Amino acid sequence: MSERVNEKKKSPKPEAVLPTLGPLGMLRWAWTQLTSMRTALFLLLLLAVAAVPGSLFPQRPANPAIVTQYIKDHPDYGSILDSVQLYDVYSSAWFSAIYILLFVSLIGCVIPRAIAHYKAMRSQPPRTPARLSRLPEYGTLVIPADAGIPASAAITDAAELLKKRGYRVDVRDRDGARPSLGAERGFLREVGNLVFHTALIGVLVSVAAGGLFGYSGQRILVEGDTFVNTLVGYDQFTPGTNFQSSQLQPYSVQLDKFDITFDRESKGKFGQPIDFTAAVTTKENPDAPAKKEVLKVNDPLSLGGTSVYLTGNGYAPVVTIRDGAGNVAMQGPVVAKLQGENYYSSVVIKVPDAKPEQLAFAGFFLPTAFVTDKGVSFSGDPELINPQLTLNSYFGDLGLDAGSPQNVFELDVKKLTPLNARNLDTKGIVLAPGSSYTLPNGKGSISFDGVKRYIGVDIHHNPGQLYALIFALLAVAGLVTSLYVNRRRVWVRTGTHEDGRTMVEYGLLARGEDHRLAGEAAAIRKLLSDDWLLGDEAATGSQPAPSATADNDRADKASTATGSTGAGGTHAAPEQPAEDFIQSTAGSSESKKDQ
Amino acid sequence: MPFSINETMGQYSELFMLLAAGTYTVAFIAFAWDLAKSSKTLRAVDLKAAELSGAAAEANAARVPVGVGAGAAGADVARSDADVSGPAGRAERPTSATSRPGTAAGAGQTADGSMRYAGERRAPARVAVALTVLGAAIHAAGVITRALGAGRVPWGNMYEFLTTGAFVAVAVFLLVLIRRDLRFLGTFVIGLAIIMLVAASIAFWTPVGHLVPALQSYWLIIHVSIAVMSSALFTLTFAMSALQLVQSHRQKTIAAGGADKLGFMRLVPNALSLENLSYRINAIAFVGWTFTLMFGAIWAEKAWGRFWGWDTKEVWTFVIWVVYAGYLHARATRGWTGTRAAWLSIVGYLCVVFNFTIVNQFFNGLHSYSGL
Repeated sequence: MSERVNEKKKSPKPEAVLPTLGPLGMLRWAWTQLTSMRTALFLLLLLAVAAVPGSLFPQRPANPAIVTQYIKDHPDYGSILDSVQLYDVYSSAWFSAIYILLFVSLIGCVIPRAIAHYKAMRSQPPRTPARLSRLPEYGTLVIPADAGIPASAAITDAAELLKKRGYRVDVRDRDGARPSLGAERGFLREVGNLVFHTALIGVLVSVAAGGLFGYSGQRILVEGDTFVNTLVGYDQFTPGTNFQSSQLQPYSVQLDKFDITFDRESKGKFGQPIDFTAAVTTKENPDAPAKKEVLKVNDPLSLGGTSVYLTGNGYAPVVTIRDGAGNVAMQGPVVAKLQGENYYSSVVIKVPDAKPEQLAFAGFFLPTAFVTDKGVSFSGDPELINPQLTLNSYFGDLGLDAGSPQNVFELDVKKLTPLNARNLDTKGIVLAPGSSYTLPNGKGSISFDGVKRYIGVDIHHNPGQLYALIFALLAVAGLVTSLYVNRRRVWVRTGTHEDGRTMVEYGLLARGEDHRLAGEAAAIRKLLSDDWLLGDEAATGSQPAPSATADNDRADKASTATGSTGAGGTHAAPEQPAEDFIQSTAGSSESKKDQ
Repeated sequence: MPFSINETMGQYSELFMLLAAGTYTVAFIAFAWDLAKSSKTLRAVDLKAAELSGAAAEANAARVPVGVGAGAAGADVARSDADVSGPAGRAERPTSATSRPGTAAGAGQTADGSMRYAGERRAPARVAVALTVLGAAIHAAGVITRALGAGRVPWGNMYEFLTTGAFVAVAVFLLVLIRRDLRFLGTFVIGLAIIMLVAASIAFWTPVGHLVPALQSYWLIIHVSIAVMSSALFTLTFAMSALQLVQSHRQKTIAAGGADKLGFMRLVPNALSLENLSYRINAIAFVGWTFTLMFGAIWAEKAWGRFWGWDTKEVWTFVIWVVYAGYLHARATRGWTGTRAAWLSIVGYLCVVFNFTIVNQFFNGLHSYSGL
């Protein structure tokens, strides 16, 4: 404000004082700016740029552990990136700000356009321009006097033909000297445009609703295990913001058998899994009859409003562990976590029930064990050709009694005393199926009874996704309509020449991009000349204009306001483009500009 | 796993790919020859036209409209020509009322704005197109034998994307050639196809093999084929937008009385015609890309349990979609048509290339199945 005052002092000539906007005016100005096409375009491009960092940096929603590791690995800038939410790009304040602004801008654009279009659909086609020859497509036809088609009949015929072609037609001054018609079609174009943009809002709302009311979780199932859809049934559970545990329907899924087919044909991909098939028994609820189903990748189960996906698998060696007292402290499959090629997996066994001392084992499981000359063991094949369990053993307090949760796949050996390890005299434990090992110092024994397979399943419930799909389909339908339906206007004017011939001129105008307007003009020309049985000589080249009679009648009495969005201004004619075929002196011609 | 793989077919396929690349190379040379030769001939025609007096030049211009040196008379003829051939020939941006038919189009132009075939014969170009058709036929055989060898659709890894993608690009180019004289794009499209085939054979070679379970879905057929076809269309529009920028610069230079240093650009239609046609192709490709995005989301829901998870590939597919959406909007925004829109089209295509190459290879994500 003060700056302007200073400026004013400097300038010698009095400056026009800008009207003060006031708070409401400022708001209105801001709204106009926000909803302008330019701003929308800018926001759209900004959205594209803002989405990119999410592919450059690890993202928390995808894998929080990698983000933690990344920050550790990059101590110089890792935490700075975190402070600007670069690990949560798609839920960050700045990304949200861009898309919320974009959608506000979109709403601010769609609503006025919808109102304007509704009005346009209910109003008559715009009045006939004075000079049709100024339109992008223009042509003339001459009906011989002996054909017996006067100007009024010609306009009626033209109206009929255009109606059949899907135009909305309005005939003006039918019985006057210069009858004319205005016709318009392609209102669906703008409808499609509006549907497309509205549907995008619908997609966004559906995604948000899915986040609010959905939930997802993971569970590992060893062959024979049963998952029941309750909170305790999950290994990991991520509820939506508005999730309630009553939403969970207690269906059950039992894994009966899991089969993998490995590629044994191609050289490059030998041993690559090419098929996973899980045979499961499902129950919609505890009392429902059991049903045999097959769960595969790309073929999820649908149960109780959720979908169950096959997302991982591996081996689970079955072990029996006896404690120092000779009692069975643990028996059953142990899920081995995949570490490397050919199902090279890590195994951690915690035996809190062992007495007098708790026991723990950590090591590896190899489905087909090979040992190199240097003593490095690896798995040579994904199938159980030579299964082997190599373990170190520990005893001491596992720290599980304190009640704090631990990762079942990791063993903290700091407080434990090693019993078996490669660097100890006792060496590591190496077990083949069916064999067992007695721990040193009478701490107990471990036996390797066999191997089962396990699968990892993801359970998802997203109430928004069906609606997202519906809105996406609507958006595509709208998009295609708005790109390929053309909004066109046609005007036809007829008149009678002094020598009795009926003169017809027509002009076409497109709103928006329309590269087929010339084709439409040709089609209409053909329709008209066929209807009036005009030969080719009438259909080619324009006929000389009738002698200019001083006819000051407006050709178009039923003049309505021009298109709601178009500029209504008269555009000055710097030059006469062509002599008008039918002279008319009506005022302004239709502005070609379509905004 | 209904089919077993057939290594022999795979080897035949690789042989066909090499033959196709060889044929394309000859076609490429022919296209380049066409540009060079035509440029020379046209320059000669220009010089002759300049020697003739006004009236003669006008008559000449009516047959082969040569703008340079023809002056006002030539421009008038060009204009009346354009009026007859309709808005496409008129080189008018349909949304714009300001552009005038014939004003910008006339200068230094031989190619017709409507990109229809003109009467004169261009022997090298004909040879080039014939060779391209032959190359495409061999290439098709390569793609089909690859499919037979693997017993599935031939787009399950980078090698197959590249070989099949190159074929689709060439096929789309040939299809468009039926309707429009886009032979000026020949060097670009065929050059790109050669690069793709060579890259596939050297850097991404993968023997025929089965698909990993995640890719065993009918959505692979739908989602990827639409993506490849849209990319092929984007390839065409990228070339046209790049030429549009060069042409518009050249037109400005000529209009300002500068020397025409890029003679071969006479074979290329004026900037506005390029813009209009690339807009139409981009509109089709954008619809295709929307389907790619949507079908990808539906497949992701089936395979991974969520329809959208901002996986790197999803991010870039989204970015591409937004950039081309921006392009379509730019064409309807005052001040953003012409050069700026062309830049958007180019940026969009660079994103497509980035998505296909860098993202597939160097970014970790669920789409890392490229077979590397």
